[in-house]
Amino acid sequence: MGITVADLRRGQKGIIKEFADDLLPIKLLELGCLPGNQIELVQVAPLKDPIYINVNGSHIAIRRSTALQIELEMIEDNHVL
Amino acid sequence: MSKQINVALIGNPNTGKTSVFNQLTGLNQKVGNYPGITVEKKEGICKLPRGVKAHILDLPGTYSLNTTSLDESVAVELLLNKKDKDHPDVALVISDVENLKRNLLLFTQIKDLKIPAILVINMADRMSRTGISVDIEQLEERLDTKIALVSTRKETGIERLKELIADYKNLSSKPNVDTTVIAPEYFERLQNTFPNEDLYKLWLVITQDVNFMPIEKTLIKDSTSFATKSKSELKRLQQKETIVRYQFINGILKETYKVDANAAKGFRATLDKVLTHKVFGYLIFFFILLTIFQAIYEWSSYPQDLIEGFFASAGEWVKNTLPSGAFTDLIAEGIIAGISGIALFIPQIAFLFLFISLLEESGYMSRVVFLMDRLMRPFGLSGKSVVPLISGTACAIPAVMATRTIENWKERLITILVTPFTTCSARLPVYLIIISLVIPEGRFIGLSYQALTLMLLYLIGFGAAILSAMVLNKILKIKSRSFFVVEMPNYKLPLFKNVAITVWEKTKSFVFGAGKIILAISIILWFLGSNGFADDFKNAESIVKKRIETNGFSEFNKASIETDLINYNKSLQDSIWKKVYVLDASAIADSIQTKKAILEELAQNQEIASHKLENSYMGYAGKAIEPVVKPLGYDWKIGIAVLTSFAAREVFVGTLATIYSVGGGEDNTETITQRMAAEVNPRTKEPLFNLASGISLLLFYAFAMQCVSTLAVVKRETNSWKWPVAQLVFMSVFAYIVALIAYQILK
Repeated sequence: MGITVADLRRGQKGIIKEFADDLLPIKLLELGCLPGNQIELVQVAPLKDPIYINVNGSHIAIRRSTALQIELEMIEDNHVL
Repeated sequence: MSKQINVALIGNPNTGKTSVFNQLTGLNQKVGNYPGITVEKKEGICKLPRGVKAHILDLPGTYSLNTTSLDESVAVELLLNKKDKDHPDVALVISDVENLKRNLLLFTQIKDLKIPAILVINMADRMSRTGISVDIEQLEERLDTKIALVSTRKETGIERLKELIADYKNLSSKPNVDTTVIAPEYFERLQNTFPNEDLYKLWLVITQDVNFMPIEKTLIKDSTSFATKSKSELKRLQQKETIVRYQFINGILKETYKVDANAAKGFRATLDKVLTHKVFGYLIFFFILLTIFQAIYEWSSYPQDLIEGFFASAGEWVKNTLPSGAFTDLIAEGIIAGISGIALFIPQIAFLFLFISLLEESGYMSRVVFLMDRLMRPFGLSGKSVVPLISGTACAIPAVMATRTIENWKERLITILVTPFTTCSARLPVYLIIISLVIPEGRFIGLSYQALTLMLLYLIGFGAAILSAMVLNKILKIKSRSFFVVEMPNYKLPLFKNVAITVWEKTKSFVFGAGKIILAISIILWFLGSNGFADDFKNAESIVKKRIETNGFSEFNKASIETDLINYNKSLQDSIWKKVYVLDASAIADSIQTKKAILEELAQNQEIASHKLENSYMGYAGKAIEPVVKPLGYDWKIGIAVLTSFAAREVFVGTLATIYSVGGGEDNTETITQRMAAEVNPRTKEPLFNLASGISLLLFYAFAMQCVSTLAVVKRETNSWKWPVAQLVFMSVFAYIVALIAYQILK
């Protein structure tokens, strides 16, 4: 398994590659969490759960178990765009 | 007259949908429930230009027509069901200018249903600050619709919106996106099988996770053959559909929607950094909680005193004005006392909802959910359970109402069921009086035993809530898809109008919902306490008078009259000594005689009341349950107090005051305490309130479900008698067992 949203550190970004689980809540997709879109990690709560992300302009918090399903291509440099 | 236009407001959460609703309807709205379910139904009337009226329905917020909760399915069901009387002639899709892309997803879905739709772009006032510009004309053309750019904060654009609604017949109802491209063969087959049905509707019915209730049942049954595609395959199709829609939206927005990247975005980031910080985040939350607690506990005591005073004098006034009789008593002691019991909760409820709606409107609540979710999860609760549990320490009624924000039904139900364990303010007077009776006054490392006991009782309450949540989490077999996606909206200054309407609506729904039951119970209690079978009750006055003539007053009253007279004499002598006034010996004797007569009359009235209560239906009930409460260390008098406390805990002190017939009414707790301390168990000759029976009482009150109002609210929120009854039985049996064990060990 590659890198997932759960591996990001604060301020790091990545491009969504694919989902490990087909049963990811459709709500997440509708909020813009779709392959090809960019995810930025905003904040992580204590015990690394939940995780607060900015995806495609939507600011949402998801549980760690969900974050582990979203596979990423890391954007190495923080100064992209 | 033309007919009313049916308008439905639909939109993502946090787009200001409710603000638009409030702008359109003002106070011309009513909040109810959809039949059979707990989803809140908000509707109102709006006057449009040219004398047209619109019926406005505020549908629950939803991100799309793919529903994941009961609230959302209500919205979809209404849009699909043409036969529903509220089926909209026109839909207003409310969007937020900063999240337009995501909001348009829902818009394209509504268009696919062929319902005429107006796009409302809200929060126009934020455009300049966030550097957004929108080409409205081109956007209207590309989306094949009309757009109203409004700002509910600045109250602009509403008039144009009303014009657009009135002109709804000119709107196009053609779809935007052709979603059949995701699986052309599949859709062709589907259309061939159901030539008369709308494809997109069919698709929605097939793909829904939630089991729809009544919509076109036959349609669902026949179409299940088309769900043969595996679940994950359907999911993948839905994903494709979403992508197709976003491609369409992105294409349009590229030309019509511009964001200046240099515009300030720092405000949100900075606030988030502090408010969700590992240390500061929790500290800030803690201080906010303290403030809320203080408000509910302290600030509301001022209006509560006023309310209490007002109803007390209203009762007096009725008694003095109307001719005396059963009817007057019913009004003064049954109805007015009952209404007073309802009104007394209003300040606490209003304060709580003031804070909750401020926190929600500002966007802070999502941050609390984020901070607390992981900590609450081991107990089967969610981050959203925190607020109800905390507010339960003031009063369980608003706390149960506050669970509405929890989408997951199982988490919400557990929160509702365990909240009454937290120590509410009605338990406090009971705790205080019993603690002062049975807990010694010593100190333990600088802290008084009494204060420690009180703190322990609060901890026990929280512990019981958390532990029973854990147990319920294990035993409740409720399937509710547990996923957690919480939007973290941008911070906003709360709109006064929205906050005011929320506080008003919540308070109103409490007064008329739970209030009815409280009133009924108060009247029943009054009836049982002021009526009796036998001559013992009817002739109470003559019986007691005769008893006083032959045997004199009760020991306690004798002693208290004596001390009162000595004190009176002392103060009289003091005043004479200080030359406040001049009296000769006979005047002094007269004055003392008068005072004595007043005291004796008071004492007599109290003994009559006490005798009446003892022989009333309630008294019989108390004696009937004595065998049940004896193992806990109580006599029939405490039994009655415990029994009446099932209406509301705070009744305990008042009932004991009546039973023990002490002077000064309920407010005079000192006398009640003295009187209770003097009470002796006839068998053991020991004080009735000793450590064993006291602790047993404290624990009973800590655990028992003694609050009709809470039960009424739980019934309303869960829409079934099953849960409040389960709560009543479980908590009370548990309380009984714990109190029994405590008494038997300590005695």
